Amino acid sequence: MHDFTDIWSYLTETPLIWLTATLIAYLIGDRLAEAAGRAPLANPVLIAVILLAGLLWLTDTSYTQYFEGAQFVHFLLGPATVALAVPLWHQRRAVRRALLPIVAALLAGSATAVLSALAIGHAMGLTPQLMATLAPKSTTAPVALGISENLGGSPTLTAVLVIVTGIIGAIVVTPLMNALRIRDWRARGFAVGVAAHGIGTARAFQVNPQAGAFAGIGMALNAMLTALLAPWALGLF
Amino acid sequence: MIHALSLILACQLAGELVTRLFGLPVPGPVFGMALLFVLMLASSQLATLVTPTGEGILRHLSLLFVPAGVGVMGHLAAIGAHGVGLALALILSTVLALAIGAAVFVGVSKLIGKGTQDA
Repeated sequence: MHDFTDIWSYLTETPLIWLTATLIAYLIGDRLAEAAGRAPLANPVLIAVILLAGLLWLTDTSYTQYFEGAQFVHFLLGPATVALAVPLWHQRRAVRRALLPIVAALLAGSATAVLSALAIGHAMGLTPQLMATLAPKSTTAPVALGISENLGGSPTLTAVLVIVTGIIGAIVVTPLMNALRIRDWRARGFAVGVAAHGIGTARAFQVNPQAGAFAGIGMALNAMLTALLAPWALGLF
Repeated sequence: MIHALSLILACQLAGELVTRLFGLPVPGPVFGMALLFVLMLASSQLATLVTPTGEGILRHLSLLFVPAGVGVMGHLAAIGAHGVGLALALILSTVLALAIGAAVFVGVSKLIGKGTQDA
């Protein structure tokens, strides 16, 4: 019989344990979300993150150690972004018919996300560095980090704000759209892609395939627009 | 499946190369997505090939955000004193952007008389 601490220290040196834990935590999150009837607050990402953070804390594991295993899942974000071309292609006729609404909603949604966040931040007395950190929070993480750095913000904190924004968007979108009586899946999906990037897009795919495809477009277009809009908007405050 | 996966990775790689080479403000995978879309438009055979794998990756898109989300937990303390201001800014601006974005989409589609959506 080996000592459990020996086995544990062996396991923590391989990626296996935290890769497995990430998948199982997500499965639990997904199952709970399903059991809750896909209620917005039972967000599978949020549940999995809380479970894993608790587990890391209990086992005194550093994030670096955790990421050794989790990096294999994290890596797939890139290929998944490329794969958004697939639903886009299947919806290509619907997209062509909706070009004008897409452009208008992109400009309105993107500008609202940046300007309203900065206006509230300004009113709440945030420092200039925090304003620069906040400005790109609605766009996808790799773009947001670059923008934040260019504007003199903190990329690490921007990553936090981006993820939190995604989770807020994913939680809020369904009840908000129902309250506003917006039933057009294209509009609901596109808006959540613009306001809450990939996490919002993941939520849209869970609700409706057309909403998911339009969310993917919204996310991709907003990645480009925010890079242009954020520096200008920051100059206004 | 290996063909489709190779194609997706090749598009991402091309995206990384092009965006870095020309210093574009777009992440490589987003460029790769545009490239794959153009390729699918050019060849419906290719589109059929890549569809099952692409849909497979996207089926659990939420899972892919979990590692980054766990990383965030460690930095929540960094928000510190400005937590309330930042939280208000995030919640209100996300709600506003969602509402205005969707309302403009619906409004413009009605304006141009193509308000009916495809199933």
